[in-house]
Amino acid sequence: MKVELHVWRQTGPAARGEFVRYDVADVSPDMSFLEVLDVLNEQLVARREEPIAFDHDCREGICGACGMVINGRPHGPERATTACQLHMRHFADGAAIWIEPWRARAFPVVKDLVVDRSAFDRIIQAGGFITARTGSAPEANSLLVPKRDADLAMDAAQCIGCGACVAACPNASAMLFVAAKVSHLGLLPQGQPERYSRVEGLVAQMDAEGFGACTNHGECMAACPKEISIDFIARLNRDYFTSTFRRQTSDLSGDGAEP
Amino acid sequence: MELRPQVPTGPLETKWTRHRSEIRLVAPANKRKYHVIVVGSGLAGASAAASLADLGYNVSCFCFQDSPRRAHSIAAQGGINAAKNYQNDGDSVFRLFYDTVKGGDFRSREANVYRLAEISAGIIDQCVAQGVPFAREYGGLLANRSFGGVQVSRTFYARGQTGQQLLLGAYQALARQIGRGAVKMYARHEMLDLVVIEGRARGIIARDLVTGKINAHAADAVVLATGGYSNIYYLSTNAKGCNVTAIWRAHKRGAAFANPCFSQIHPTCIPPTGEHQSKLTLMSESLRNDGRIWVPSRPGDKRRPDEIPEAERDYYLERLYPSFGNLAPRDIASRRAKEVCDKGRGVGPGGNGVYLDFRDAIGRLGRHVVAERYGNLFEMYERITAENPYTVPMRIYPAPHYTMGGLWVDYNLMSTVAGLYVIGEANFSDHGANRLGASALMQGLADGYFIVPYTLGEHLALVKPGGADTSHAAFRQTEQDVTERIRKLLAVGGRRSVDTFHRELGRVMWDKCGMSRNAQGLREALERVRCLREEFWNDVYVGGGSEDLNQALERAGRVADFFEFAEEMCYDALQREESCGCHFREEYQTAEGEAKRDDDRFAHVAAWEFTGVGNTPVLHREPLAFEAVHPSVRSYR
Amino acid sequence: PPAAAGLFRSLIGKKLVMAVTGLILFLFVVGHMLGNLKVFQGPEHFNAYAEGLRAVGAPFFGRGQLLWGVRITLLVSVFAHIWAAIEVTRGSWRARPVGYRRLEPVETTYAARTMRWGGVIIFLYVIYHLLDLTFGRANPSFVPGDVYHNVIASFSRWPVSAIYIVAMVVVGLHIYHGLWSAFQTLGLNRPPTFRWRRGAAAAIAAVIAGGYISIPVAVLAGLIR
Ligand SMILES: Cc1cc2nc3c(=O)[nH]c(=O)nc-3n(C[C@H](O)[C@H](O)[C@H](O)COP(=O)(O)OP(=O)(O)OC[C@H]3O[C@@H](n4cnc5c(N)ncnc54)[C@H](O)[C@@H]3O)c2cc1C
Ligand code: HEM
Ligand code: HEM
Ligand code: SF4
Ligand code: F3S
Ligand code: FES
Repeated sequence: MKVELHVWRQTGPAARGEFVRYDVADVSPDMSFLEVLDVLNEQLVARREEPIAFDHDCREGICGACGMVINGRPHGPERATTACQLHMRHFADGAAIWIEPWRARAFPVVKDLVVDRSAFDRIIQAGGFITARTGSAPEANSLLVPKRDADLAMDAAQCIGCGACVAACPNASAMLFVAAKVSHLGLLPQGQPERYSRVEGLVAQMDAEGFGACTNHGECMAACPKEISIDFIARLNRDYFTSTFRRQTSDLSGDGAEP
Repeated sequence: MELRPQVPTGPLETKWTRHRSEIRLVAPANKRKYHVIVVGSGLAGASAAASLADLGYNVSCFCFQDSPRRAHSIAAQGGINAAKNYQNDGDSVFRLFYDTVKGGDFRSREANVYRLAEISAGIIDQCVAQGVPFAREYGGLLANRSFGGVQVSRTFYARGQTGQQLLLGAYQALARQIGRGAVKMYARHEMLDLVVIEGRARGIIARDLVTGKINAHAADAVVLATGGYSNIYYLSTNAKGCNVTAIWRAHKRGAAFANPCFSQIHPTCIPPTGEHQSKLTLMSESLRNDGRIWVPSRPGDKRRPDEIPEAERDYYLERLYPSFGNLAPRDIASRRAKEVCDKGRGVGPGGNGVYLDFRDAIGRLGRHVVAERYGNLFEMYERITAENPYTVPMRIYPAPHYTMGGLWVDYNLMSTVAGLYVIGEANFSDHGANRLGASALMQGLADGYFIVPYTLGEHLALVKPGGADTSHAAFRQTEQDVTERIRKLLAVGGRRSVDTFHRELGRVMWDKCGMSRNAQGLREALERVRCLREEFWNDVYVGGGSEDLNQALERAGRVADFFEFAEEMCYDALQREESCGCHFREEYQTAEGEAKRDDDRFAHVAAWEFTGVGNTPVLHREPLAFEAVHPSVRSYR
Repeated sequence: PPAAAGLFRSLIGKKLVMAVTGLILFLFVVGHMLGNLKVFQGPEHFNAYAEGLRAVGAPFFGRGQLLWGVRITLLVSVFAHIWAAIEVTRGSWRARPVGYRRLEPVETTYAARTMRWGGVIIFLYVIYHLLDLTFGRANPSFVPGDVYHNVIASFSRWPVSAIYIVAMVVVGLHIYHGLWSAFQTLGLNRPPTFRWRRGAAAAIAAVIAGGYISIPVAVLAGLIR
């Protein structure tokens, strides 16, 4: 099969980008979407043109490096699928495919389809962890975690940090990403001591990075390759209000709400 | 060059404890003054950087991905071993130690492996404390599974995403230290050389992959945690970015490279579908617990699997290994698969595949049970192949997966260059000639959380902090070498893309230095590789510039290093005139085609010294003594 | 207190304001509808009800005092609601300076996407509505005190009824997304509610819009005159 690609080309953060059309012939339905870009890049090199820059590493849907908006859908038309796991058999022969980078102020374009997602790292640095000095851990089975909680925490913990939720959100909100982390750690007994300082740290950083507010469109969940539920967003809100309330009274009840 | 393993004296069981209490300590007040560079943010790197910062050292951490969280460790699926004996099935530190040494076909250092087994339990405690959501039983206790054909259930797991969860634990610990300002993180930075001054590792030269700037970074010690080099085969289960560059450049600066030819081929991967194939996807080994492996008895049989009657199917693993059957170890299962395919009995496109059939399992257990056990794996398979494993047998084929070889390190995990430590898959330490499933995650975290943070003190206590700064001539020189190399790559301006060269190199290595090797093939490989390298430097086209993000340039540098490294790999395979673990020399096999080990001549670690590109490297041997376990012949029949 | 200040500086806090004020406005809309449905019981009842609104609270409160209390609450709510809405909306615009060529909606609803315009329309509607039935400026045959007459007079002119009906549909949509969205924002939807909250919101919104719309329709159809 052959496809007609319209790829966003942008030489640098400051540069003005534009869509450039490329026709790629003899595409196999078994190719992954990134492999089509590989093929195209080979052709560009042969023509002495600069290949298209795009992030990728594991090509197994787990590292979260790849990500582009394909025909208006982050990671493309398939649900629960990253761009690297998307196969060409899902496109019609001769299809026109438009490819854009994630678009958000907090994710500035580095080059072509590559964006800077370090905002996510800074959010985690603001408290997305459990403080456990190496060597100070108690015997693992000394604290029991109900299977339900462990499973629910795992549902949230699956987040691969790809940023598709932000890309898909009409408000470019990072609520699903933050909610996933807050829920993963907040659902486990180990996460309780820092539960409230954590949520405040993450939310403050999220706002500082310039992400939008969640107005409950649910697009993030639809785009999320791990299908993380927006139920976790409600949980995040709940924890956030609780933390504010606790802070008022934390001098009375030393419950770790203070950072 | 001289190899000093530094293995502590005394009985195996007490070596580590005693050594730990005798290691020199750095005064708490002084720790901050010591700058440690950690290259790599995988399980080994992230855990080391976080732990060192926790101790008070001033740490810089580097990775080439856009975030430390994306290190290749993220892809590990199956699980992590630990001698907790939670299942009360008789597991113990000694048993884990024994299994690992035996699994490695008696080509690893006893003391290191014993320490690994000893530490394993603490790793699980640490990870649970960090909030790693391991699978649990209804009572709330941790769950275990048996993995990789061992008789005890000692594997801890988090769905099919154990590596991801363990890495997020380490990444979050690292993030905390970055937030505290104790670690300076350099993401999208690639280490391109090691700076050695008077025999001591003093820093690195790194390229900012976004701006293209080449920068020198001075330190009092350098820790390499840069992972494995399976991508020398081009097609492997490793992430696209995995490379040999960091350890190869360190090798060129004086670090010995141990057992480069020990590379593991994983039997259950999804076969390639064509030339366009860019990487291979691993299917968890657990599938072999219920799936039956077979090929048509008749070569070139093109019938659909369901049209092939029972009588004309060859369940070759069950036939050859009645006792282990489909659960035969990785190296054997892989080799046998290649064998039948080479005989023209392979199935699927290009005949590169064997069937992994669940028909009988579904018949025996019912579809729902099979779905329960393997549902997500079946989905993954169907997403990639568009075939439904419930009705059509899966097709699998072996793929390069893990490299036991790596930089040589002593008991303290220090290489032959003082102050250069190597941890995780990047070193050669614990797995001998073959790694058992679920033990690489264990090793990476043992090295990073519990070994290097102590043993680093041994070196630091000897050097005064801030001993070298980037104004030193050696930094200037090394920086120039790096810049010059980049200029050369861009200047070639030939006709072929980097990937076409990498593909071709991969083919050669896979055919001649892959699952099974022979002297003649290896000599041919050496020839081919040399010509290819020539051609590469005359005809590659990289394109773009060096002042901004240029992924072709990144790949070019890595492939250039693979070319140099490939030769050493072949020399090593050629030199080791025996078959052991994953290293199968066709000349050295029993009548039944089993590996024939030669303990008299080869019970040693082969550590190579670099003598210039294209020159034959010099071989140094570290003899392996076995006191606690007696080398036996692995038999799985 | 600093914590609370932080809360209201955060976007989540502003959503909280929006949700709470939104729910207050929602309560008014419900009560107002129930009251308005009394027109079907004829002039006496309806006018009595309007009169009653002013009398409630006696003897503790003077005539109209309680009503004013309600009015002030409403006024504050509307402006707080709008303030928050504007803050949140500007936040979203800032968050994506360069838009997509196209972004395919998958999960989101028409109601969700029209919340902002819907709000504006409701706002304009209410102004018109007050001029029409409270102050009478926009109502040629306005008779102070005879609320029943005013309503009939207005709705007998089909363009007016049309305006109302359109406005009611917008209100319905706004409440549909608003209600379940408020659930999320307030963190009330624990997994169990996940199943029914959307349906519930839709049903409530439909009843409200329907209830209101029934009045102009009835007037046009001559059922009440
Ligand atoms: C598909 C798959 C499944 C696996 N499943 C299991 C399993 O179930 N159980 C198990 O025990 N093991 C498993 N393994 C093996 C295991 O995952 C790896 O061996 C282990 O994660 C290696 O970790 P590491 O920290 O040593 O290196 P990596 O995780 O590979 O990290 C390497 C780091 O070094 C950085 N780096 C590399 N080169 C440079 C450079 N030049 N400059 C700067 N930075 C650099 C990278 O950015 C990265 O951060 C699996 C492997 C694969 C491929
Ligand atoms: C009849 C009166 C109104 C009612 C009952 C009402 C109700 C609500 C409710 C319950 C919400 C949900 C808040 C949340 O998402 O948590 C909401 C949101 C909103 N309202 Fe209103 N509102 C009314 C009037 C207005 C007005 C006059 C405006 C502004 C001009 C407005 C603009 C908005 C906006 C922009 C939102 C945000 C929607 C979103 O979450 O994306 N509303 N409203
Ligand atoms: C068919 C629909 C409606 C009818 C017949 C109607 C009727 C009336 C009447 C008769 C009054 C004057 C009451 C009095 O002065 O005693 C009034 C006031 C008012 N209405 Fe409506 N209304 C309708 C819909 C709405 C809607 C949908 C809203 C809000 C979104 C609304 C908001 C108001 C407000 C804010 C007042 C002023 C209340 C006050 O005096 O404090 N109305 N309405
Ligand atoms: S929540 Fe989902 S979409 Fe968002 S970053 Fe995590 S995995 Fe990606
Ligand atoms: S799409 Fe955006 S609006 Fe909220 S529910 Fe998801 S973040
Ligand atoms: S490349 Fe790792 S998720 Fe796509």
